[in-house]
Amino acid sequence: MRTATDVVCPFCGTLCDDIEVDVDDAEKICATRNACIIGDNKFMTAQAPDRHLHPRIRRGGELVESTMDEAINKAAEILVNAKHPLLYGWSSTHCEAQEAGMALAEGVGGTMDNTSVCCHGPSVLAIHTVGISSCTLGEIINRADIVLYWGCNPVNAHPRHMSRYSLYKRGFFTERGKSDRTEIVIDVRRTETAQKADIFLQPEQGRDYELMNALRVAFRGGPLPESVAGIPRAEIEKVAQMLKDGRFGILFFGMGLTMTRGKHRNIDIAISLTADLNTYTKFLIMAMRGHYNVAGADQVSLWECGFPYAVDFARGFPRYNPGESSATDILARKEADAALIIAADPGAHFPIDMVRTLASIPMIAIDPHVTPTTEIASVHIPSAIVGIEDAGSAYRMDNVPIRMRKVVEPPEGVLTDQEIIERIHRRVMELQGLEVPEVTAVKEPAEALAPSAFDDILQRAT
Amino acid sequence: MSEILVKNGYVYDPKNGVNGDVMDIAIRDDKIVDAVSPTAKVIDASGKVVMAGGIDIHAHIAGPKVNVGRNMRPEDKLFNTSKRGKMTRSGGGFSVPSVFETGYVYSRMGYTQANEAAMPPLLARHTHEEMADTPLIDQSAYTLLGNNWLVMEYIKRGEKDKLNAFVAWMLHATKGYCVKLVNPGGSEAWGWGMNCVNISDPVPYFDVMPSEIISGLAEANEALNLPTSIHLHANNLGHPGNYQTTLDSIKLLEGVLPRDGKIRDQVINFAHMQFHSYGGTTWKDFETEAQPIADSINKNKNMTVDVGFVTLDETTTMTADGPMEYYLHNTNHLKWANADIELETAAGVVPYIYSPKISVCGIQWAIGLELALLIDDPMQAFITTDHPNAGPFRRYPRIISWLMSNQARLDRLETLHKVVPDRVAIGGISRVFDFYDIAKMTRAGPARALGLGDMKGHLGVGADADVAIYNYNPKTMDPTTDPAGIEKTFKNTAYTIKGGDIVVIDGEVVSKGNKRTIWVDATNGSMDPAVLDDIEKKFVRFYSVTMNNYPVQDEYVARGLVVKPEVA
Ligand code: SF4
Ligand SMILES: [Zn+2]
Repeated sequence: MRTATDVVCPFCGTLCDDIEVDVDDAEKICATRNACIIGDNKFMTAQAPDRHLHPRIRRGGELVESTMDEAINKAAEILVNAKHPLLYGWSSTHCEAQEAGMALAEGVGGTMDNTSVCCHGPSVLAIHTVGISSCTLGEIINRADIVLYWGCNPVNAHPRHMSRYSLYKRGFFTERGKSDRTEIVIDVRRTETAQKADIFLQPEQGRDYELMNALRVAFRGGPLPESVAGIPRAEIEKVAQMLKDGRFGILFFGMGLTMTRGKHRNIDIAISLTADLNTYTKFLIMAMRGHYNVAGADQVSLWECGFPYAVDFARGFPRYNPGESSATDILARKEADAALIIAADPGAHFPIDMVRTLASIPMIAIDPHVTPTTEIASVHIPSAIVGIEDAGSAYRMDNVPIRMRKVVEPPEGVLTDQEIIERIHRRVMELQGLEVPEVTAVKEPAEALAPSAFDDILQRAT
Repeated sequence: MSEILVKNGYVYDPKNGVNGDVMDIAIRDDKIVDAVSPTAKVIDASGKVVMAGGIDIHAHIAGPKVNVGRNMRPEDKLFNTSKRGKMTRSGGGFSVPSVFETGYVYSRMGYTQANEAAMPPLLARHTHEEMADTPLIDQSAYTLLGNNWLVMEYIKRGEKDKLNAFVAWMLHATKGYCVKLVNPGGSEAWGWGMNCVNISDPVPYFDVMPSEIISGLAEANEALNLPTSIHLHANNLGHPGNYQTTLDSIKLLEGVLPRDGKIRDQVINFAHMQFHSYGGTTWKDFETEAQPIADSINKNKNMTVDVGFVTLDETTTMTADGPMEYYLHNTNHLKWANADIELETAAGVVPYIYSPKISVCGIQWAIGLELALLIDDPMQAFITTDHPNAGPFRRYPRIISWLMSNQARLDRLETLHKVVPDRVAIGGISRVFDFYDIAKMTRAGPARALGLGDMKGHLGVGADADVAIYNYNPKTMDPTTDPAGIEKTFKNTAYTIKGGDIVVIDGEVVSKGNKRTIWVDATNGSMDPAVLDDIEKKFVRFYSVTMNNYPVQDEYVARGLVVKPEVA
C-alpha cells in the first residue's frame, strides 16, 4: 500500500489540496483522509467496476462500442461538417485541456463557452462594469474578522470552505479562530449555513438588490424607510455599522445572487458596496465558484483571446457577446448545428428545451462517466479523471492556481481530456486539408535542470 | 544545422563598439558566429539598420493581474481584435493584449525578449502558464519579495544568512529571475487599508521600515550574486512631490557596488522612474522634478532606471502597489480591481486615460522624456512604458521617434494643455538620440542590467542569434526631421530573427518560434534546514495551500533556461 499526500480534490471550487489518498498494491484507491463526503466520494467511486471505458458511437439510434480511432474520426467529422459548432463545458478538467480546446474551437470556427454561463457569468459581467476588489483565501485566514456569506450555502456546496479558509481556521492576526470572527449570513432561505451564523438576515425573495442599496445608504448615514426587503431599518443600520467597524471584512456570494432576479446587477451593487466600505475599513469580495476549475476556464480563455467565456470564433477572431454568444442562448435559438461537450453535464443542468436541441444535433460528449449528456450524444469518449488519473493546472475560486496531481494510472486504453481534444484537432486539420504539425515533445527538459538533491528538499512533506 | 548571413547592413552594436558600420552578421543555429558556409541563407540588409533583438526590461504581460486587466476591460478589445492567420492565433486587446498578440507585436517590433516585472509568488504558476503560452519571445518573471512576511521577519531580526537562503528558495520555487520590490512594506500595510508613503514609515505590526527592506534585499541580492540587481518600484509612486522619497531611496545604496562588476554595473534598477520624479504639492501645482533625479542617477553609476514613458493613450494601470491603485480609483472614479495575496503582496488594476488635454498627463509625458534626455549615459536609462501603466508597449516606436527628434517633441508639446510648457523643461532640451543610443536603451543596456550581457543585446560572436533588421537607411534619411518614418520603421521589422529562426518578415509572423523561459537557481543545490523549518511553519499555519503544492513544477518551464550564479 502507498499513500499519496497533498492531493488536490477535483470537485468544488474550494480546491482542497491537503487530501491523502491510500492506494493498495493492486493500484486501487482504498481510502482518503481530510476530504469532505463529496470529495471522498469522488475518489472512492473513480475506479468503480461499472465505469464505462470504451468509446461509443450512435448507430441506428443506439450507442455502440467503437475503437478510439473511429470515435476520434467521427468526432472530427462532426465538427468539420458543422457550420457553427458549440464547444461547451471545460470546468471539470485542467487548463492544459482547456488550452487545447481553445485551439480546436478556433480551428473549427466554433463557439467556446464554459459553465460560467450558468453560474458566475453574471459576476463576470459585473466585473466588466465596476471591477472587483478581492484577495486570496489566505488573507481571510489571517485577517478577516467579518465574514459575510450572501446567497450561498457553503455547508452544503463547499463543505470545507469554512473550516479551511473563512471561519474556523486560526490565522496570524486571528489567533483565536472562530471567536475572533463574526459570521453574517444573508439569504432568502434559512440554509444550514444560516442556522449557524452569528447574525442572519432573511430578505424577501428577489429583493437582495434593494437590501444592498439600503446598506449603502446606511453606511453614509442616509435616511431609510421603516423596512427594506422585509428587514427592519434598525437591523440594517446595525449590520451596516458592524461591517464598517470590522478590521477586515469579506463578502462571499453565490448563485443566490447571480441567478436570481437582478443577476449581474446584484453583483454590480455587491461589488460597489464592498468598494464603499474601503472608505472606513478593509473590505473585499469573492465569488463562490462551483466546479473545481471553472475559474481556470475563465483564466485560460482570457489570456488566450481576451474574453472569459462565451467566445464565438466563427469569423476567425474572438467575438464576445454573452446573451448572444453564450451556450444557453445559442441552444435556445437552435443555432448550433453540432456540439462538443466536455467536463460538464448540460444534459442534467440545462433547461429542457436546450437539452432537446442538444439531443437533436450531432454531439460529442467527452466524460469519464456515463451522464445524462453522454446518453444523448452521437459520440461518447470516456476520459481519464483529472486530479486522480491525470495531472494539470486548476484555479481555485480565488484564482490561486494549483497543480492537480495524478494518483493512479487511468484504466488501460482511456485517454486524457487533453489527448482526446488534441487528437480530434489533428484529425480535423487533416480533414480540412491543413498541414498537421508533427507532435513535438511539449515537455522538453530544461537546459540545465536544478540539481536533484534540491528537488528532494523542495518536496519535503509538510 | 541552419545558417543565415545578414549582409551589408548598417550595424548598431554598442557592446562591441559598432556604430553604423556596414557589416555582415553570421548565424549558425541559434548563435552568432564568425563565418558561415557559402550555402547559408543570405538576407540582404543593405540600406537597412541592423541591431540585436530588443529587450524589454519591465512590462506587465503575463500573469494574474494582467488577466484581471483583460477581464475588466472587454472594451479594450473593441477595435483591437485580430484574425487567426496561417502561423498565428487570433486574439486582441490594445493595452492588455492576449498572450499570442503580445508575442506577435513584440516580434514585429524587433523585440526578442520581454520580462514580466511582477510575479506574485503564490500565483507564479499562473504567470508561467501565460509565459509558456506566449509565442516567439524569451521571457522571465520578477519575483515579488518586498512585502513578504518572512523577508520582513528576517530583516527585522538581522538574520542575513537566512534571508539569503530564503530568497534563493523563493526564486527557485517560483522559477523567478529577479528580486522585485513593489512599494516595499506599503503593500503589506494595504492588507489593513494602510500604506507606507515614506521609506521611514514602519510597516504595521512587522515594525520594519521600507528603507530596511530595500537595503536588506539589495544586500541579499549581492550575497547571492544574482544576475541582475534588485528592481525597485519605490514607495510613494505617482504622487506630487514624491521625488523626495525617490532621492531618499537612491541615497540608500549610494556607493554600494555589485558583487561581480563584470556582469553588471548596477545594484539597483529603479522601475518606471517617470512616476517617481514628480514635484509640486498637489495636482494643481504639479510639475517636473526630472532634473534632480537625473542628476542623482548621473552621479550614481551603480544605478539604472527604466523610464516608464507616458504615451498619452487610454490604457490600463496594473501594479502590485495596491494602495496606489485604490488612490487612483478615487481620483478618476473608473472601475477598480484589487487582489491581495496572502503573506506576500497585493495588486490593483484601474483603467486610465492619459488625455493630452489634461495638464497632469501632459506634464507626465514631458517628465519621461526629460529623464531619458537628462541622464547622460543611455546605458543607464531604458525604454519602457511600464506597460501598460504609462502606455502600451506597442508605442515604443513612437517613443523612439520623440527621442530621436526634438521637432517631434516640440510639435507634440504644442498640442498639450496650455500650462504644460511652464511646468516642464522639455522645451529647452534639444538633445536627440541616434540609432546607437537607441540600441543602448533597448538592447545593450537592458541586457547588461539583467546580467545577460554576454548572451543577449549584442551581435558579437557567441551571442544568441536574436537580430532585428529595420527598413531605414541612416545615410539617406534623417530621423530628426522624420518622426513618422521612424515610428513606422520600428513598428514592423524587415526581419526579426529569434534564436536563429526567422520569425518575422516585413511585419508578418512566419514562424511559431522557439521561446524560452529564463529563471535563476541560486540555491547551490542545498538549503539551510532551519530556513526550511521557518518556511514550513508559514505553510502549516498561514498559507492556504500546502508547502508541497507551492513550488512551480518543472512542467511549467519545459522550455526553460536556468541561470546559476556562481558564488566564490
Ligand atoms: S470542500 Fe470541495 S474541494 Fe474540498 S474536499 Fe470537499 S468537495 Fe473536495
Ligand atoms: Zn511595473
